Amino acid sequence: MVDLSFGDTLFGFWNWVDAIIRILIIVIAMTVMVIYLTYGERKVVARFQQRLGPTRTGPAGLLQGIADAVKLVGKEDIRPHNADRWVFEFAPFATFIPVLMTLVILPFAKDWGVRNMTLGLFYVFAILGLNIVGIMMAGLGSGNKFALLGGIRAAAQMISYEIPLVLSLLSVAMITGTLNLNIIAEQQDRYPYIILQPLAFLIFFTAMLSELHRAPFDIPVAESEIVGGYFVEYSGIRWSMFQLSEYAAMWAFTVFGSIVFFGGWQFPKGGDWGWGWQLALTMGKSLTFIIAIMWVRTTVPRLRIDQLMSFCWKILLPLSLVQIIANAFIIVYGGEYWLLSLTSGIGAIALVAIIINRAFRRSTKTTGLVGAYRSLQVPAP
Amino acid sequence: MTVWPEQRSLVADVEFDTVDMTINIGPQHPATHGVFRMVLTIDGELVVDCEPYIGYLHRGLEKLSENADYRQAMGWWDRTDYLAGMACEFTYCQAVEKLAGIDVPERAEYIRVMMTELSRINSHFLFLGAFGADVGSFGTSFIYAWRERERIYDLFEEVAGDRMFPTYFRIGGVTMDLPENFESRVRWLLGSIEQGLEDLDGLLTGNEIFVERCRGLNPMTTERAIALGITGPCLRATGLPWDLRKAEPYGIYDRMKFDIPTGREGDVFDRYFVRLSEMYQSVKIVEQCLSEMPKSGLILNPNLPKTLRIESGETYVRHEGTKGEYGIYAMARGGVKPYRMKLRSPSFCNLSALRELVVGNYVADAIIILGSLDIVLGEVDK
Repeated sequence: MVDLSFGDTLFGFWNWVDAIIRILIIVIAMTVMVIYLTYGERKVVARFQQRLGPTRTGPAGLLQGIADAVKLVGKEDIRPHNADRWVFEFAPFATFIPVLMTLVILPFAKDWGVRNMTLGLFYVFAILGLNIVGIMMAGLGSGNKFALLGGIRAAAQMISYEIPLVLSLLSVAMITGTLNLNIIAEQQDRYPYIILQPLAFLIFFTAMLSELHRAPFDIPVAESEIVGGYFVEYSGIRWSMFQLSEYAAMWAFTVFGSIVFFGGWQFPKGGDWGWGWQLALTMGKSLTFIIAIMWVRTTVPRLRIDQLMSFCWKILLPLSLVQIIANAFIIVYGGEYWLLSLTSGIGAIALVAIIINRAFRRSTKTTGLVGAYRSLQVPAP
Repeated sequence: MTVWPEQRSLVADVEFDTVDMTINIGPQHPATHGVFRMVLTIDGELVVDCEPYIGYLHRGLEKLSENADYRQAMGWWDRTDYLAGMACEFTYCQAVEKLAGIDVPERAEYIRVMMTELSRINSHFLFLGAFGADVGSFGTSFIYAWRERERIYDLFEEVAGDRMFPTYFRIGGVTMDLPENFESRVRWLLGSIEQGLEDLDGLLTGNEIFVERCRGLNPMTTERAIALGITGPCLRATGLPWDLRKAEPYGIYDRMKFDIPTGREGDVFDRYFVRLSEMYQSVKIVEQCLSEMPKSGLILNPNLPKTLRIESGETYVRHEGTKGEYGIYAMARGGVKPYRMKLRSPSFCNLSALRELVVGNYVADAIIILGSLDIVLGEVDK
């Protein structure tokens, strides 16, 4: 039997008891985290929109998430008459379980996670793809056309963006030479991998927004078009399972991203200050990520589905393939690390330039009006 | 579709039968701006057919007005274009004044124009906010717009005593004189409006995704727009500088200096942009009113009869409402009540073009196109 533990077990229990204790800790931490992420999102978004956000429940509204959770649990669980019963009822769990399974392998501090898997990175790709199944189940089983549209949109989008996501992580894996997340974090004691692979990070961040259905890729849940998409028919505890899995996925993804690209628990210049600091560092990095996601959400509108697809297949995918080829050449021919940094940096600049150039060309091609209303031609009446 | 035997291929044989899906958007849908319902027939993500249903907000406005005194009916007309109540009151008052031959004091005329333009700004702010939300900017544009709208409503409350439905105008003038600090208050408000406009301009027009979604979507020629009966900003977006404030000046608009912003392509972006630019012109008009307005004087014609009785006559008054040509046809046959009141509502006429505009676009774009027409259901359903 393969030993997946980190060596020492908690309180000296047997290995399997130790695993259960660790999973319980993670589940509790995730619940608390999700409750305060919803609170935090409301606060952050409110500040961006010149509002206050929740203030009335507890000091500074801190108990708002708990109040909401209690309210949601108390709500009636409604199942539409024409819904496919079992598909409808199991869909929230099918969405949630892959997210929970992802949390199992993330090292939150040095040698501290639930399980220590050699193929950690691969495991994350494999498991996160399963998320689509639950969403499709919800979309097809609800017996609602908005939900159906949302489910189909989600499937199309998530399958497309899975590819650049995986390829961007693969280019990091080529450098690390291992798929164990704990070792990947440990290797970044001199500099984080974002310095070596900025392009991979940009692609990862974009694809992550898409996988999480956050703006500008919130097409499957588009509020103004299909009124919430696949979870439109859910209520009460099942609806909150969808929310739980959404926020937990956001947390898992950001912790994962901070481990791969920012060194996770590793200090920027190396050094070991104990597990408390390491945990704080992981959480700090992932929360910075989360705030960036919320920032994007409050600022940008939503893409159309064809624009989304063309961005994925015509821009992100070729760039990530080019990066993998460049990495392969450099690594096989024993190039220096600064070459990796250089090629990826050029790619990142190209990606940003493509986006800016599109914006620039579009705005100047027809009228030259963007952001400059004063230049508007006013014919004499 | 008939498939001729020689065109039959292997591919056609194994192809699945696809059926179009009908989805019902509204009347309770966040993007329909009220209680509008459209039934979209979609093929995947493309709209093949669109059938609008209206009438959920029908209150029998025209009939109610026939059963009320000329002065009592004012409150109903507020509630047609409820985002710019004062503009509707203005048209109604002018229609009745034209029928009865009543003059309006100069100061009242200035107050009327000022209030109408502030209402226009208010209505267009709601458009900018809601349009941003339609395109998908998670309420940020909405809140930005709401900040300024609240300030305008606060001013209305101070002037007229009510925010949305002020019933401030009277036949022959306005109800109350302006409050003491009015001028400084409005000047501050105009500064705040310009700030809000710049914020929204930066948030929406400066955003690549927003422009990419709107630019080139659903362009329309001037001829087609006229044939469809489209008026207002949607018509001006096609490049025709047709604004009733300039074309047939009413009130004191002939004294005002302002430009008519027009677009070029008539696409969704131009419709948005014409409204945005128009708000700056409205700010200019209010500023001119403030500096030219007589500082004191009558606000209501003193020679009004105790009961307004109008001998037979008929008239049609049309104004540049916030959504387009807002016209009232009034007919009197003696007595204290009108014989017939008819509203030519711009939203209704613009909305009638919806099917032609929407078919062939994506579902997501159908929502934006509906938003870009800027309908208000109180006016559509009367």
